[in-house]
Amino acid sequence: MSFSKQELERYSRHIIIPEFGIEGQRKLKEAKVLVVGTGGLGSPVLLYLAAAGVGTIGIVDFDKVDDSNLQRQVLFGVGDVGRPKVDAAADRLRALNPYINIVTYNVQLHSSNALDILKDYDLVADGTDNFPTRYLVNDAAVILGKTNVYASIFRFDGQVTVFNYKHADGTFGPHYRDLYPTPPPPGLVPSCAEGGVLGVLPGIIGSLQASEVIKVITGIGEPLVGKLYLFDALSFESRTLKFKKDPATPKVEKLIDYEQFCGIVKPAAEAKKDNTVKEISVKELKALQDQGADFQLIDVREEYEYEIANLANLGAELIPLATVPANAERIAKDKQVIIHCRSGARSGNAVRLLESQFGYDNLYNLKGGILAYADEVDTSLAKY
Amino acid sequence: MAKIIIPTPLRKFTDNQSSFQATANNVGAALSELTETYPGIKGHLYDDQGQVRQFIKVFVGEDDIKSLDNENTAVETATVISIVPAIAGGCC
Repeated sequence: MSFSKQELERYSRHIIIPEFGIEGQRKLKEAKVLVVGTGGLGSPVLLYLAAAGVGTIGIVDFDKVDDSNLQRQVLFGVGDVGRPKVDAAADRLRALNPYINIVTYNVQLHSSNALDILKDYDLVADGTDNFPTRYLVNDAAVILGKTNVYASIFRFDGQVTVFNYKHADGTFGPHYRDLYPTPPPPGLVPSCAEGGVLGVLPGIIGSLQASEVIKVITGIGEPLVGKLYLFDALSFESRTLKFKKDPATPKVEKLIDYEQFCGIVKPAAEAKKDNTVKEISVKELKALQDQGADFQLIDVREEYEYEIANLANLGAELIPLATVPANAERIAKDKQVIIHCRSGARSGNAVRLLESQFGYDNLYNLKGGILAYADEVDTSLAKY
Repeated sequence: MAKIIIPTPLRKFTDNQSSFQATANNVGAALSELTETYPGIKGHLYDDQGQVRQFIKVFVGEDDIKSLDNENTAVETATVISIVPAIAGGCC
C-alpha cells in the first residue's frame, strides 16, 4: 500500500518518529477499526484515529445528536442537532481526512447483527454507554478473535484497558468477563445520563483509548493488556492495576440476550400487568391545570435537576425519590396526585412504592416526565 | 493498617468519603471494618453468600487479590486497597 504526496506530507510528523516510520503509517492505513458508540468517548477516538490515518473506520450508533451532547461530544456542532450521529460524524471525519474510508452503521448493535458488523474489522474500540452493549461487544470480539480496546467513564472516573489482545503466538489476553464476570444489577451504577459526567473526562479517556488503538495496530510500545488503567480527575490520581485470564471464566461460544443477562426486565405482558401504574399524559396535565382542577404535583427528582427545569408554576413539590418514604405524609390521599421525574421511570417507581407500602390508590405517573412536558407543552423549559 | 480507596459509585454509602483507613492486617478484615463503619455499603460489596460481588474487583497495591491470597492477603500500613467496580459509561 503506497502513499500519495499529499498523504506523505499529512502524516510526516508520524513518519519521522523512528519507532513509527513509514511502516507504522502503512499499518494504520491498512487497518480497519470499528468504533462502537459515537458519544463522549467515540468523539475523540474517531477524531484522532481519522486524523492519524486509520484507513477504514466503521462507526456504529443509532442515536441522533442532541443539545445535551455538545457539552462533551466534540465531534458535533449546533448545526448537527437532530441529525443521525453516524451521518454527522462521517461528514466531520471526511472533512478532517479525505484519504480514509468511513463506513457508517445507523443501527443499535445487537446479538443479531454484531458478528456480521464486527467480522470485517481488525479491531474494535468500545465507547458505548451501557452494560448490555459492553458484554455484547466483548463477546463478539472474543468469538471473532478481535482485540477490543475498552474505555469507560463515570462522573470524574475513567477506565482504559485492552481486552482479548492477540499475542504473536496466537494466544489471547484476558477479556471483560475475566475482569468482571457479571454486570452490576440495574440501577446501582447510574449511566452518564443519570449520574452526569465531567465534559472533558471523555476527552482525556477517549484520547488514551485512541492511543492504545494506534499502539495495537502499529505494534509499538506496550499496550494495556491485562492492565486496567484508572484515572480520577478530581484527585488527579491514576493507577494501573493488573488482572489475568480467569480459568473459571466460561468459554464464550455464542451471543446471548444481553438485556436479560444484565437483569433488564423486558415489559413482558405478564410483568407489565403486575407493574402497571396509572399514567397521565403531559397534555392531560396541562388540561387539568387550565381547568383549575384540584390536584397535587410531586417531583421526585434531585434538587440539582429541579434547578435546571421544574414545574413550580404548576405547584410542583420537590420530594427526591430516596426521601419519599420519609415524606409520605406530605402526599395527599384525598385527591388526584400526579408524580413526575425526568423521563417517567423514577416517578413510576415512586408510585409503585407508595401504592405497595403506603396504600395509595390516587397516584398517577406523568408519562415521559418533564422531558415530554418540555417537548409538548412548554418548550421554554431546558431539557437535560 | 491499610488505606481503602472507595470508588465514586459507592461513595454515596460512605458519606462521600473517597478513602477509609482500616487498622486490620488482612484484606477481609479491613473490608469488614469498612462495612461496620458504613453498613449501607455492605450489600453492594458482598452477595448473599458473603462473597465479593462479581462486578467488583479488589486490588492490593496493583494486584488482584484473586492472584494473591484473596481476602486473607496481608496488608501493611502503606498498603492501598482499591475497590474497583465495573462502570459502563461512554456517554452517548
